[in-house]
Amino acid sequence: DAGDTDLELSAARHQPEELEKLLARTKFTKAELQALYRGFKSECPSGLVDEETFTGIYSRFFPQGDASAYAHFLFDAFDADRDGALCFQDFAVGLSALLRGTVRQRLEWAFNLYDLNKDGCVTKEEMLQVIKSIYAMLGRSTRPPPRDSAPAEHVEIFFQKMDRDGDGVVTLDEFLDTCQQ
Amino acid sequence: MAAGVAAWLPFARAAAIGWMPVANCPMPLAPTEKNKRQDELIILNVSGRRFQTWRTTLERYPDTLLGSTEKEFFFNEDTKEYFFDRDPEVFRCILNFYRTGKLHYPRYECISAYDEELAFYGILPEIIGDCCYEEYKDRKRENAERLMDDNDSENNQEGSMPSLSFRQTMWRAFENPHTSTLALVFYYVTGFFIAVSVITNVVETVPCGTVPGNKELSCGERYAVAFFCLDTACVMIFTVEYLLRLFAAPSRYRFIRSVMSIIDVVAIMPYYIGLVMTNNEDVSGAFVTLRVFRVFRIFKFSRHSQGLRILGYTLKSCASELGFLLFSLTMAIIIFATVMFYAEKGSSASKFTSIPASFWYTIVTMTTLGYGDMVPKTIAGKIFGSICSLSGVLVIALPVPVIVSNFSRIYHQNQRADKRRAQKKARLARIRVAKTGSSNAYLQSKRNGLLNEALELTGSTEDEQHMTKGTSLIESQHHHLLHCLEKTTGLSYLVDDPLLSVRTSTIKNHEFIDEQLFEQNCMESSMQNYPSSRSPSLSSHHGLTTSCCSRRNKKTTHLPNSSVPATRLRSMQELSTIHIQCSEQPSLTTSRSSLNMKSDDGLRPNCKTAQITTAIISIPTPPALTPEGESRPPPGSPGHSTNISSTTTSNIVKVSAL
Repeated sequence: DAGDTDLELSAARHQPEELEKLLARTKFTKAELQALYRGFKSECPSGLVDEETFTGIYSRFFPQGDASAYAHFLFDAFDADRDGALCFQDFAVGLSALLRGTVRQRLEWAFNLYDLNKDGCVTKEEMLQVIKSIYAMLGRSTRPPPRDSAPAEHVEIFFQKMDRDGDGVVTLDEFLDTCQQ
Repeated sequence: MAAGVAAWLPFARAAAIGWMPVANCPMPLAPTEKNKRQDELIILNVSGRRFQTWRTTLERYPDTLLGSTEKEFFFNEDTKEYFFDRDPEVFRCILNFYRTGKLHYPRYECISAYDEELAFYGILPEIIGDCCYEEYKDRKRENAERLMDDNDSENNQEGSMPSLSFRQTMWRAFENPHTSTLALVFYYVTGFFIAVSVITNVVETVPCGTVPGNKELSCGERYAVAFFCLDTACVMIFTVEYLLRLFAAPSRYRFIRSVMSIIDVVAIMPYYIGLVMTNNEDVSGAFVTLRVFRVFRIFKFSRHSQGLRILGYTLKSCASELGFLLFSLTMAIIIFATVMFYAEKGSSASKFTSIPASFWYTIVTMTTLGYGDMVPKTIAGKIFGSICSLSGVLVIALPVPVIVSNFSRIYHQNQRADKRRAQKKARLARIRVAKTGSSNAYLQSKRNGLLNEALELTGSTEDEQHMTKGTSLIESQHHHLLHCLEKTTGLSYLVDDPLLSVRTSTIKNHEFIDEQLFEQNCMESSMQNYPSSRSPSLSSHHGLTTSCCSRRNKKTTHLPNSSVPATRLRSMQELSTIHIQCSEQPSLTTSRSSLNMKSDDGLRPNCKTAQITTAIISIPTPPALTPEGESRPPPGSPGHSTNISSTTTSNIVKVSAL
């Protein structure tokens, strides 16, 4: 249960891969990696970020709304090895792809974000969930005030655009094609 | 935003890429990062202890001193580090705040020192973490109380406040009997009468022998007249006192509402009511009850006893504990009374006739009094009775320590306050002596100077040496300041000797300088130690003039006494000449702002030669000059001060160092 996992997490100490290996895997310079790790470590001394902490941190950037859902998706996207906790490698590799990667890499990452069950295709429901979570982050005090149907409409528009072959799902290639236009 | 979170901001911004594919509108441009520096280590040198941290660590909190550009003011170019002349111990906590985002308050640190440091570094104390916040608040409150106490007592005991109205004086006399003898007398008189009144109340009821007819009489009935007179006298005194207090009170409404005044009223009311009422049997019962209130006079003693006041204050502050005690007792009483009643119902001739009747038994048992007028007879009753007495002990014992500790704390606080007040007087006296040391030195040197002058320089060189010994630049500057003040107001510090004070007035406008001083003046410009001269005022002048434009010779050459009179003579001449020249300027009397104080080192002849010494007359600033006008001549000027006349016109030297 939650208490035990908490204890496990706090007892566990995760050491990241060697700096050299990380250098090879990511496109950051040594100094950048060092700075990145320092920030990471001071926030999470145990070296692992669990979802709760992650959600907490991410929510602080969006105080007006509820960022938990989107944070969950984000966590999944970053957690490449799917072990329920973000280690520094995941963090660094993900950031490297986002900040230093090619356009294709970034789009792949975005696709990965939308593909909730990581099966290689994005269904309408998955996209709807993500869009809803994005709207939820914004909160209710916006101008104009959000309509409840806004996410669905939003999804419709974009899904139409992306789903070329009309099979109800968006594959990576369709996604890449649409976005690169 | 907290520090740690800020570290994740780039991450969140990167993750925003996920929104792009589904964005309705194009994304805004990202803010350009101006001068993105590579993160660097900076060195913070706090009183010699070096701390190092990343620059970005400090920049997490940009509204503090270390996080903003304000720290650039402390940057030391030579050592390429930031130097702070502050406490390194506290700095440790402050730097940890930047590192971890949590500010801790170390227990060993003095609260006001800590506060000062926080204020210096621009950190709000509210940020202190929960772990240390309570401690901090407690210490701060305690400190504030202490300081407030001291301030209050200081205000109370401040010397004569001349502009007190009669009413205020009276009120002060009432509140603090030690202010004057009359107050003290009044205090003791009222105390005496309170005691008399209470004793008469008590003695009144003592049986005092019999009257024929075998009726036992109390003293009050026997000597009714005597007691009545005593009572009247006491009540009159009390009435007068009350009225006087009422008159003197700064806020009458508040006074009437205060506890002490209510006690006063209650104490004297029965008498008047008794006077007013007729000897009616119906109301005499009520009248007798009223007499009970006379016992309240004993509470008037609380004005006289501080311990009593503390007790009252303690009870007031422990109101919640007392309330709890009462409540729990009531609950227990009701429970046990009910139980006992039903347990004893069966037994014959039991005294437990009703539940309220059982209350008495329960109370007596719970407080372990056990009078024995009501005892249970059944077995059940006895069992419950014993449970009742055991629980009584517990229930009463619980809140008592809280009350006791409260009383002890408040009482000791008061004792400490009194002790501190007594010690503070002595401390202040010592501090005053130390502080006035400097001004005393000024007076001393002035007096010595004038004395010497009065004796026409028959003073020996020992005096000079003595005076040249201990004064520092600070002191000389202070002397100068005092002198400027004198000049400004046209008054001068009263030196003890009446003869001297006369002299001061006559030589108000010109002072003489010690030739030694003069020469030193000429020789070097410096900020260094400056001996005070025989002529006191100028010593202070010269403290500044040295800074302005003179040079000073480090070694003091003592001119032989023989030359003194000669130089003096010359100086007299100079005095007259200069005087003439300066007489063009109107009204050279005192006046002038002290800032304009100038000394005419310009009047000095060639300073280079050691043997020439002339008197320098300092003339107060001519009216033409404005404070900022005269930027003093550069330090090289004494070199070319040969021409007296020329320098006379420009005889203002700005006192910049003031």
